[in-house]
Amino acid sequence: MAATFELNDDSVVVVIGSGAGGGTLSNELAQKGVKVVLLEAGGRHEIEDFSNDEWGMFGQISWLDKRTTSGSWRVAKDFSGLPAWIVKAVGGSTVHWAGASLRFQEHEFKVKSIYGDIPGANLLDWPISLAEMEPYYDRAEDKLGVTGTHGIPRLPGSNNFRVFAAGAKKLGYKDFHTGNMAINSQPRDGRGACQQIGFCFQGCKSGAKWSTLYTEIPKGEATGNLEVRPSSQALQIQHNAAGKVTGVLYADKDGKQHVQKARVVAVAGNSIESPRLLLNSASAKFPDGLANSSGQVGKNYMRHMTGSVYAIFDKPVRMYRGTTMAGIIKDEAGNKPERGFVGGYEMETLSLGVPFMAAFLEPGAWGRDFASAMEGYANMAGMWLVGEDMPQEKNAITLHRAEKDQYGLPVPNVHFDDHANDIAMREHAYKQGSAVYEAVGAVRTFRTPPYPSTHNLGTNRMSEKASDGVVNKHGQTHDIANLFISDGSQFTTGAAENPTLTIVALAIRQAEYIAERMAKNEI
Amino acid sequence: MSKSVMGRRAFLATTSGAIVLVAGGNLVIGGNGAWAMSTKALTGDEAAMLVRMARATYPHAMLDDTIYGKVIHGLDEKAASDPALLRSLQEGAATLKDKKFETLDEAGQEAVLKAIESSAPFQTVRGECVVGIYNNPDVWKVLGYEGPSAELGGYIDRGFDDIDWLQDA
Repeated sequence: MAATFELNDDSVVVVIGSGAGGGTLSNELAQKGVKVVLLEAGGRHEIEDFSNDEWGMFGQISWLDKRTTSGSWRVAKDFSGLPAWIVKAVGGSTVHWAGASLRFQEHEFKVKSIYGDIPGANLLDWPISLAEMEPYYDRAEDKLGVTGTHGIPRLPGSNNFRVFAAGAKKLGYKDFHTGNMAINSQPRDGRGACQQIGFCFQGCKSGAKWSTLYTEIPKGEATGNLEVRPSSQALQIQHNAAGKVTGVLYADKDGKQHVQKARVVAVAGNSIESPRLLLNSASAKFPDGLANSSGQVGKNYMRHMTGSVYAIFDKPVRMYRGTTMAGIIKDEAGNKPERGFVGGYEMETLSLGVPFMAAFLEPGAWGRDFASAMEGYANMAGMWLVGEDMPQEKNAITLHRAEKDQYGLPVPNVHFDDHANDIAMREHAYKQGSAVYEAVGAVRTFRTPPYPSTHNLGTNRMSEKASDGVVNKHGQTHDIANLFISDGSQFTTGAAENPTLTIVALAIRQAEYIAERMAKNEI
Repeated sequence: MSKSVMGRRAFLATTSGAIVLVAGGNLVIGGNGAWAMSTKALTGDEAAMLVRMARATYPHAMLDDTIYGKVIHGLDEKAASDPALLRSLQEGAATLKDKKFETLDEAGQEAVLKAIESSAPFQTVRGECVVGIYNNPDVWKVLGYEGPSAELGGYIDRGFDDIDWLQDA
């Protein structure tokens, strides 16, 4: 049964955020007998609350609290108040994620060594290697039930995939298939097989897609060691005179404030809220915010090089039938500097329904040209382009000077400028994506600009040296031994791959480390 | 028959739904009588002008005025309790009236809208339309989008991979 813990119980680990990082960490700790209080800012919406309604679910689960944007990135113009498209609900962004579960490539853990000095880029090697991560990737893939791993069959190819694959083949690409997806292709772990419903972004109605909401979290609760507190917004992490964290101030659904005492605090609020919380927790002892002796908290914000290509054919595709994303071309994922940029990108099938297509195909567009594109909807195929972007110190989450949230705390500003490498990669990806569809007869292709960021990374980065980053190779902050970061904000660099599998693998690894240190009374 | 007359006639034939009538002070009738709306805040003339604006913004010959009228109806309802919004909508309608918007062909209307593209009235109507039009199940049917599928068991047995024209798939 789900546990309940007293506010003054200072033996618990407080985890902030219940997505891929926090939800996984909570369950892994609970399974080891560690007591956990999981604070989640959003509400608890179970599968029966989901609907196949793009705008309806957007309103129900998205993180819509006030944020501002700056910088030259297109998102600041198209979606100035919505820099990130992430979830505020139990399960976090694993409620709406597409399910792509890819391991990083070996070179992506040591890009400074491989890419060399890239002007304007704040590159750093990860303090861990692929070899060290492999056992944890194995466990993460098994936990998520990733297709194409552990003998799990891949998903069948949808119409959208079949167009994509035919184009890939014609273009001479070799490495393409329906992907490594955390979506059951056959019943597994008490959940059924994918029914090709579509609407993966709106919460999976069949539960075939892994989400911490209905896997990690109930499993953790069943141990009797995990209490989940939904609608609990963390406001400040508190510390003592010795510089150890002691608890978390949070507001409940009625706005009433409480302090949950803690032995350890793990922050997993995604790459905007996590650094914001550290910055908002500044004190006399830590005037620049917690764990910020390096000055890197909030810096090096990455959001992946992204873009989409949609194509209209002269016959029906009906891309919306079936899994939202289940198709990948990996041929461009490697580091081939002769293309004019370092790093690589993945091409992944993607479909949007008519409501979202109207909003995202060409934001702000109207008139005959746009209307005629929408009239081609049934004949449309689509892909998403996702690649490694360059960390830049100026790309940062900062506290807004004037704007305050409902609790009186400064809202975050998200600043991002594309690096020249990002721009060159995007251009290459658009060209190749269009070529895939033109190879099989596309009559019209669209270079769709980036959506609000779904992959938010790097703002509390992992580093060997305390002067270069915020956390060590275990996600433990360099400055405060009992404060951890457990989400994608730990990423030293972004790699080309969708980040969730790596976040989960790091959380599994971190849970071992925390439990061991607690057992030895080191934290 | 000259080419331009043919063009004009073809235009009328395909966009007959665009002829919006105003009957009385706050009643708008469109779609050759297929739909009507009464306004709360806007006058009938203003609402009719905004319906024309909505259609010219997202021009789909296959959609009748009901679709566009519904969006403007929603804006009118909001404007009834939002004076700033009402003023903005009135301003937009007045601009189009000055330009004799209803007498212009599609290209002429698009040119007028292009000139006011960055204005608050245009962006308000456009923003409302992009959701109001494309989130309407009646529009989905016309565009060939099937909408929610979970209740129908998804597409696992209903054609998720039924594409039949690819030579090499």
